[in-house]
Amino acid sequence: MLAVIGRQATGAVAGFGRFGLFLADTARALPDARTWGRIIFYQMRRIGVDSLPISLFIAAFTGIVLALLASYTFTGAVPLYLVGTLVGKTLMMELGPVLTALALAGRVGATMAAELGTMRVTEQVDALETLAYNPYAYLVVPRVAAGVLMFPVVVAFAMGMGLLTGWIAATTLLPVTSAEFVRGLRLFYTPFDWQYGLIKSSSFGLVITLIGCYLGLDARGGAEGVGSATMRTVVYSAAMILLLDAYWAVTLLRHA
Amino acid sequence: MIEFTDLHKAFGPKRVLAGFTLTVNDGETLVIIGYSGTGKSVAIKHVVGLLDPDRGQVAVDGQIVHTLKRDQLSALRSRIGFVFQFSALFDSMTIFDNVAMGLRRRDLPAGELKDRVAHALELVDLPGTEAVMPAELSGGMRKRVGLARAIAIQPKYMLYDEPTTGLDPVTSAVIDGLMIRTREALGVTSIVITHDMRSAYSVGDRIAMLYQGGVRQVGTVEEIRASADPVVRGFIEGRADGRGAEDAVPLSAREDLRVEGAAG
Repeated sequence: MLAVIGRQATGAVAGFGRFGLFLADTARALPDARTWGRIIFYQMRRIGVDSLPISLFIAAFTGIVLALLASYTFTGAVPLYLVGTLVGKTLMMELGPVLTALALAGRVGATMAAELGTMRVTEQVDALETLAYNPYAYLVVPRVAAGVLMFPVVVAFAMGMGLLTGWIAATTLLPVTSAEFVRGLRLFYTPFDWQYGLIKSSSFGLVITLIGCYLGLDARGGAEGVGSATMRTVVYSAAMILLLDAYWAVTLLRHA
Repeated sequence: MIEFTDLHKAFGPKRVLAGFTLTVNDGETLVIIGYSGTGKSVAIKHVVGLLDPDRGQVAVDGQIVHTLKRDQLSALRSRIGFVFQFSALFDSMTIFDNVAMGLRRRDLPAGELKDRVAHALELVDLPGTEAVMPAELSGGMRKRVGLARAIAIQPKYMLYDEPTTGLDPVTSAVIDGLMIRTREALGVTSIVITHDMRSAYSVGDRIAMLYQGGVRQVGTVEEIRASADPVVRGFIEGRADGRGAEDAVPLSAREDLRVEGAAG
């Protein structure tokens, strides 16, 4: 029993050590803009543009549900124009960034882990190195940078979609006029609302891409290793999104 | 010149190389033979810094590989072509992009880049395949693209990791012919890892047998053919009398593995 605990503890420490080395190698690859500069726009398109459909789909239904949920919760005791307030605040500050990030942990993070894991086990990463490429500059930096830059863009679109469907749901399914919805939306609005959501999104993009790249490059042992890296990427990313969500709430909302 | 000096490498309890010492002279093709799992691929991965030794060193033109900084290592790698056992082609790229990959580090004009890729593909008898994806090629063709990618950078050294493994005899002979043609066209120094004795005799100037983590015998093709060493003879004649294969890994590794097995 003690031996098992000891082995697991040693494995965890070794894993953190390897992740630390991965971060250091990635940071050292940043000046190699000649390598990553060529492919960052391709990665931005893959992470950003290609992720829009699933993000907009999720946001569309989230907006509708939020509007109806608000109306149900208010039960006549609270004026219904506050539906706009709840939809706006919740979408911009919480559900827009978090639900989008959870979806992209699967779409973007898992794809990266599977891609880089396959490249690792089929010696394509070694081939890159023998061709004098720094794999961190070629594979990791453009993905991480694209994640940091494009996650807020995707989330911004998701926020817009959620607000639109929330407005449509409120004005068609509830006794709320367009003017009332907008009044509620503007009631407690500050620019900090969307800024907070986008800052969070960027940090989610950072951790999801870092985890996907790290576990992908760390994959060993063929298909099973790649599968394990992919699964762990989704699990660890989801956990990190929720941890970061709480972290940003504690650090930014308490003093806002 | 490539010099392996007292090279030691272990993976966990498995000690693969244990005092491997060998010199590859400029202009020659040295073939390393040996049983599966004896560390032949591990040895040549030290030449390009894909692995670092636990002890000992590999020197290329006097540069000790594991002590090089990343930019120095990149400069060294740009002089070495590496042909992987399973080709290791970038499967999301066309053949053109695969072959051009190493050349793109050199910022060549687009026209020259295109010409160099076309020339490399001609050398491996695959002209006009630039737009094809790796998944559309046979195993033998993929090996040839891997070879084209390595020679496109016009290396001083070529490292071949089991270039004919898994190929039919005719395709193997084609690959052997390409290796000889590459040496003649580029004047490269080569290390070829193989189990295939027909290939070893065909392309090698010298042959070294890796056994128990070190060199069992090294000599010209004729010397190896005439070897009186029972382990070497057993290997080159492909005798399945049990001698050699089970003893091929270093003694220390077998002891470690036995202890591990007993504990498990």
